[in-house]
Amino acid sequence: MAELTNTAMLGSGRSDRPQGWRLRFAGLKPFIGSPLNAVITFACLWLIYRLMTGAWGWLVTRAVTEGGPQACKAGHGACWPFLAAKLRFMIFGFYPYEEHWRPGLAVLLFLAALIISMIPRFWSRRLLWLWLGVVVVCGALMYGGVLGLPVVTTNNWGGLPLSFMLSSIGLAFGFVLGVLLALARSSKLPAIQVIAVVFIEMVRGVPLVSILFMASVMLPLFMPDGVTIDKLLRAQVAIIIFAGAYIAETVRGGLQAVSKGQHEAAASLGLGYWLSMRKIVLPQALKIVIPPLVNIFIGFFQDTTLVTIIGLLDFLDTVRSAMRDPVWQGIAVLEGYVFAALVYAVFSYGMGSYSRSIERRLKTDRH
Amino acid sequence: MASSASSPVRLLYDVRVRAVLYQVVAVALVLGIGFYLFGTVSRKLAEQNIATGFAYLSRPAGFVISQSFIPYDSGDTYGRAILVGLLNTVWVSVFAVILSTVFGLVVGIARLSRNPLLAFLALIYVEALRNVPLLLYLFLWYALIVAVFPPVREAWQILPDVFLSNGGLIVPSLRWSPAHTGVALALALGLVLAFVVAAILRRHRVASGHARAAWPFVLIALLAPPLLALLLFQPELVVNWPEKGRFRITGGLQVTPEFTALLAGLGLSASAGIAEIVRAGILAVGRGQWEAARSVGLRDRQTMRLVVLPQALRVIVPPLTSSYLSTFKNSSLAIAIGYPDLVMVSNTTMNQTGQAIEGIAIFMLVYLGLSITISLLMNWYNARVALVER
Repeated sequence: MAELTNTAMLGSGRSDRPQGWRLRFAGLKPFIGSPLNAVITFACLWLIYRLMTGAWGWLVTRAVTEGGPQACKAGHGACWPFLAAKLRFMIFGFYPYEEHWRPGLAVLLFLAALIISMIPRFWSRRLLWLWLGVVVVCGALMYGGVLGLPVVTTNNWGGLPLSFMLSSIGLAFGFVLGVLLALARSSKLPAIQVIAVVFIEMVRGVPLVSILFMASVMLPLFMPDGVTIDKLLRAQVAIIIFAGAYIAETVRGGLQAVSKGQHEAAASLGLGYWLSMRKIVLPQALKIVIPPLVNIFIGFFQDTTLVTIIGLLDFLDTVRSAMRDPVWQGIAVLEGYVFAALVYAVFSYGMGSYSRSIERRLKTDRH
Repeated sequence: MASSASSPVRLLYDVRVRAVLYQVVAVALVLGIGFYLFGTVSRKLAEQNIATGFAYLSRPAGFVISQSFIPYDSGDTYGRAILVGLLNTVWVSVFAVILSTVFGLVVGIARLSRNPLLAFLALIYVEALRNVPLLLYLFLWYALIVAVFPPVREAWQILPDVFLSNGGLIVPSLRWSPAHTGVALALALGLVLAFVVAAILRRHRVASGHARAAWPFVLIALLAPPLLALLLFQPELVVNWPEKGRFRITGGLQVTPEFTALLAGLGLSASAGIAEIVRAGILAVGRGQWEAARSVGLRDRQTMRLVVLPQALRVIVPPLTSSYLSTFKNSSLAIAIGYPDLVMVSNTTMNQTGQAIEGIAIFMLVYLGLSITISLLMNWYNARVALVER
């Protein structure tokens, strides 16, 4: 009887199959199904049209493609000569012009390592060695002093390589710090737990700007006499601390998702705390938190722009310096920002889609 | 047994003893580092002849702040300057939170629209805002405002007595008096009263089962205090008209381009995140809930209010809290475009007095305190809407 009612109810549902003339326009139904929907559709079409023509006009038809600052001043569109003249400065900053191949190569190495570590097939402990190698090689390339490369001090580092460096090293060390903090926070020892909670909540409760300020202004005061820390390194430490606190909370979420039975099973096998964490709990917890970790990485890649506030020359800052160049000042007021926005958007969107695909993959894995 | 347990070597292998030992070591380490750093700092400060302590807060600041909500001039103290900065931070954060919530709600619902064009546009909006750093947007909005609007001398008069230029938007304002403050306080009181009355009536309705219209009582509770205050204080309506001089516009309320750029940057960037939060929240409520509500005879609006929204809020509130908190913290980027917020005023103070530690300590404590307050409030709200299990 119950089954019968069920089928009857299912059968009584209105058939969505369009018939006759409706069949031909079925595809339009979501667009002009109701009067309100039709209005929305036309409003959207108008908006898209305006945006497209606006962008096309600025970038192509009204754009200035030849000449120098004077031509751009006279024109009303995008100033392509600005981009052509300043491209290398925007990407590499004040790094000596003849040596640009070095940061360029470093960025390529970095991207290659990034792509390799994004492929699940290569996920193993060897990745750690790969990254260690990449960091050492990139550092040697940038700083020089080996293999006859002239030394380039860190005050001349800048642009995109610096942004990549700050965010990736920040994430790598922040990850280690974060895992330790997460373990401490979910530890059964009250004193250790309190220390971790206070650290995490204090860092998460204040803006990154204030931590950067602290690192740039206060850290030199904390150091013993004779010890000076490079400005770049100070910013890097601030980013590591900040990243560590946020990663700790994410990893803690993963730790909580690992069932108690896993801990107990490990203990019953006679594994100690560190061994059971390393071999049993962390591998499961970290696998769950890969997508949010990628999102954190995107966030930190964007947040490295804040180092311009304490006077480091990251990508955004070199773009702004290029726009402030006396020759171009007041002429290319938007072009640089649009270019920088595109670079950030391409990278962030790529990482974001990767994070979503990993999420889907992990979901299918579990069922 | 007893003798072996008390032997010192055995003791070291006891799990409980070890736990205590680890904790003692950790605390000692933290305290040791703290004392060492404190020692170094005080020695260095003494060497460099930098004064310590908060006495400087009562000295005259000597710098001007372009926007303040309480009377301030360069003769006022550092303490007051920092308070002005704090109020500016709160002011821009509150507006940014409201802006981001409204935009986020609209875009989040638009993302779920059955109209593919609208859903696509909403997706573009979210992706464009999420994938570009906030700081870049701040610079971009600021550059756009300065590039698009005319200089002050050629300010557009968009409405009578409303001027728009790259110096900001200037509108007529009321000349504020204590009587106005009284009315505003009465309005706030009315709001609180209205909520209390609504809660009492709801409780009564639930207890007695009689559904009686509650809105007249709520309306009275809302309007009575401000109306009474209006009659009592009789605030004067003196309008402060902006006047256009040759080089600048005086009088009126001025919305600076820095404020506008910061508000747009913070609000829009946060709205993209909120849109995703709202979308996830609505998606988390299953179709079955709608169908079940309809089958017990609820109308669409009732279903939304009584069934879907309470469940969606449960998913929405925790991430929404972090979004509000990060908007509040991100307002510290104001320093990059020159909006005089807490960090920027503190920075000026630090440069003038050289007392970096105190300056940083003040704004970190303020941020920490306000962050903890907001998160406690939201946790309280979250506990109210959360699922009560077993």
